[in-house]
Amino acid sequence: MWDYVKLVAFGVIAVLAAIAANYARDEAYLVNALTVMIAAAVVFIWLLRNMGEAKEPVNENEYLDGVVRAGVIATALWGVVGFAVGVLVAAQLAFPSLNFDWAHGYLHFGRLRPIHTSAVIFAFCGNALIASGFYVVQRTCATRLWGGNTAWWVFWGWQLIIVMAATSYIFGGSQGKEYAEMPWHIDLLIVVVWLGLLAVYAGTVMQRKEPHIYVANWFYLAFIITIAMLHVVNNAALPVSIFGSTSVQAYAGVQDAMIQWWYGHNAVGFLLTAGFLGMMYYFVPKQAERPVYSYKLSIIHFWALIFLYIWAGPHHLHYTALPEWATTLGMIFSIMLWMPSWGGMINGLMTLSGAWDKLRTDPVLRMMVIAIGFYGMSTFEGPVMSIKTVNSLSHYTDWTIGHVHSGALGWNGMITFGALYFLVPRLWNREGLYSVRLVSWHFWLATLGIVLYAASMWVAGIMEGLMWREVDANGFLVNAFADTVSPKHPMYVVRALGGLMFLSGGVIMCYNLWMTVRAQPAKAPVNANNFLPAE
Amino acid sequence: MSAHHDKEHKPGEVPTTGHSWDGIEELDNPMPRWWLWTWYASIFWAVLYSIAYPAWPLINGATQGILGYNRVEELQSNIDKFTTLNAPMREKLVKAELTEIGTDPELQSFAKQSGAAVYKTWCAQCHGSGAGGNVGGYPNLLDDDWLWGGSMEDIHLTVTHGIRNTQSEEARFSMMPAFGDMLEKEDITSVVQYVRQISGQEHDAALATAGETVFADNCSGCHAEDGSGDRSQGAPDLTDAIWLYGGDVASLTHTVTYARAGVMPAWNERLTEADIRSVAVYVHSLGGGE
Repeated sequence: MWDYVKLVAFGVIAVLAAIAANYARDEAYLVNALTVMIAAAVVFIWLLRNMGEAKEPVNENEYLDGVVRAGVIATALWGVVGFAVGVLVAAQLAFPSLNFDWAHGYLHFGRLRPIHTSAVIFAFCGNALIASGFYVVQRTCATRLWGGNTAWWVFWGWQLIIVMAATSYIFGGSQGKEYAEMPWHIDLLIVVVWLGLLAVYAGTVMQRKEPHIYVANWFYLAFIITIAMLHVVNNAALPVSIFGSTSVQAYAGVQDAMIQWWYGHNAVGFLLTAGFLGMMYYFVPKQAERPVYSYKLSIIHFWALIFLYIWAGPHHLHYTALPEWATTLGMIFSIMLWMPSWGGMINGLMTLSGAWDKLRTDPVLRMMVIAIGFYGMSTFEGPVMSIKTVNSLSHYTDWTIGHVHSGALGWNGMITFGALYFLVPRLWNREGLYSVRLVSWHFWLATLGIVLYAASMWVAGIMEGLMWREVDANGFLVNAFADTVSPKHPMYVVRALGGLMFLSGGVIMCYNLWMTVRAQPAKAPVNANNFLPAE
Repeated sequence: MSAHHDKEHKPGEVPTTGHSWDGIEELDNPMPRWWLWTWYASIFWAVLYSIAYPAWPLINGATQGILGYNRVEELQSNIDKFTTLNAPMREKLVKAELTEIGTDPELQSFAKQSGAAVYKTWCAQCHGSGAGGNVGGYPNLLDDDWLWGGSMEDIHLTVTHGIRNTQSEEARFSMMPAFGDMLEKEDITSVVQYVRQISGQEHDAALATAGETVFADNCSGCHAEDGSGDRSQGAPDLTDAIWLYGGDVASLTHTVTYARAGVMPAWNERLTEADIRSVAVYVHSLGGGE
């Protein structure tokens, strides 16, 4: 019966999407509708072909790891795509002629830039969080993922969203909000998939066989719940037509700006910080084989981080139309957030006490440790940049870009790489990684790439900030805007080079993981995926 | 599980909380004191700051802070400071005869500095931040090749009303006809060669000779018989090596066939008279002023 319901549902979705494509008012919507139609048709055919087939019995005592494996593959592949587009847009900034005539209107800088940010944040980091979250919650709750195949629907739904968002940007469908560019129809799909993710995660935690909830799960849950709230509030909009991508925002003017940066800042706070702290709290103690340093610290810094982060958004709008009192609050909450952020760094680094020698021999652990280092650096830099007088220099400059990337490449990238190196041999039941040497290569390429990136953007940002504000004794402007752009060329070249090194490291990782699965001998099967013997 | 892990604990190490998840345990270490006190200090500082500066929203408005700081007032006082400082010189600049500004070194120096800032804000987008212009219709302001004249009065008039715009009635206006509809292809080819001849470039002598007649019949009315142009109608000098849209065969053929008509906005509604005069002095001083 349930199979027939699913079959009919996907048939109806395919037909509705075809109708929507027929009436589409713009290219972006048309392509999105066709994508949904094809996806629904593929699912329909797949369901039809499997109708009446005897299903393989599910061992409820086993972890559901297929979806984690798929998530690991998606993370690695989307990562390389996101880094590659990043290198391209960085090169376009250094050499504008790379905005080719043939690509004009579809693949020039303005269209590629949101593809880069969305690919990295939602495709790479999003998949990394979903996949690692599914892995961690099962292990730390000693139970199988809740909800049967819901986890698979979340996985495939997320990939569909990524493809739809990217193609939408190429064809000009965007609501113009940073990190929330997706048009309204994709926003709705995100809500559905995200509720599925919340249900799977919360359901698994609720049926746990451990008396307590492990700290990693607090962070993962905070990430899932808060992103749901931010997404819904920031994307409230009225579509102009149900057959078009354009919509009217629910808020206007400075209120819209405030809500956008409440969202934007907390996308960083809860997706890129809280979610990844969850990842850190599992994979660092596992890889170091040491207990977490301080339980008390983890409680206090968790609640402090959750409470303080949500108020810090207005620091993105210093010296704008936003009232002064709001920007003051944004600033002081950012300062109070410094130590709670560092609580995660301390707990991560101190977990290594007694195991520091492992850094010499284990490049995977080294990767995780440098991730924590970059986390500490960027969560210090952030509060500094939120101070109004510092912000008056740094705002709108490349310093901001450098800050974001020391966090994204250094913290999110490196901790994810560490987690992937940890996961692949275990998920595919292999005797260790194919090559530890290649992990070392990846580590150094990525680390030096980030150093080049961050250093060049500090120089470029502070230089242009100082040039913009330079006036002579009579108060007359000294530099034309163009005069502040041309001197950045060398820094832009260095930045693109740093990005290229980071990308090369990512490609090496993909090769290494691929060879681990293909060429490494299988581990002796000792019910590795079965959690029952652990009890 | 926990027994297995206990073996790894060094003697004297703090105990764990007793929890274990997938083999992960937690030590019962206290929070580092430096961490806790730095955090307290940041909270204390935040409270003080919020008392000192505008911070807490109330029903109507917000607390304004005991220091009485207001960023809008701060910005305004910075602007006012320079406005007051520069007011006498600006007044002098507006009252002076245009041609006399250059005779007063103090006034001229002020106008050049002020004009440079105006130029970098409003003019650099088209004419380049170094005023070197751009091929494609944006004149170079560093040379002495002027379309509409390079005296102080001429430059002042151009900046005030612009060229070929619809904003100002007094904008100077001229329109080159598109000869593609009027001349045969061969005539265009030959007149292009003639123009290359009088501008001292490589050319086909036979075609250029034929082109001389075409030029005399069609072009000399505006560009003058010798091709040296006519400033009263903004007709460029064709005998020099300076080209607004390019002096190669392809660009010249395009120019003759389709004509060119660059537009400059009028600035009298956006800039003050003192700013317009300043930028005129600045442009006049760049090298080509007459």
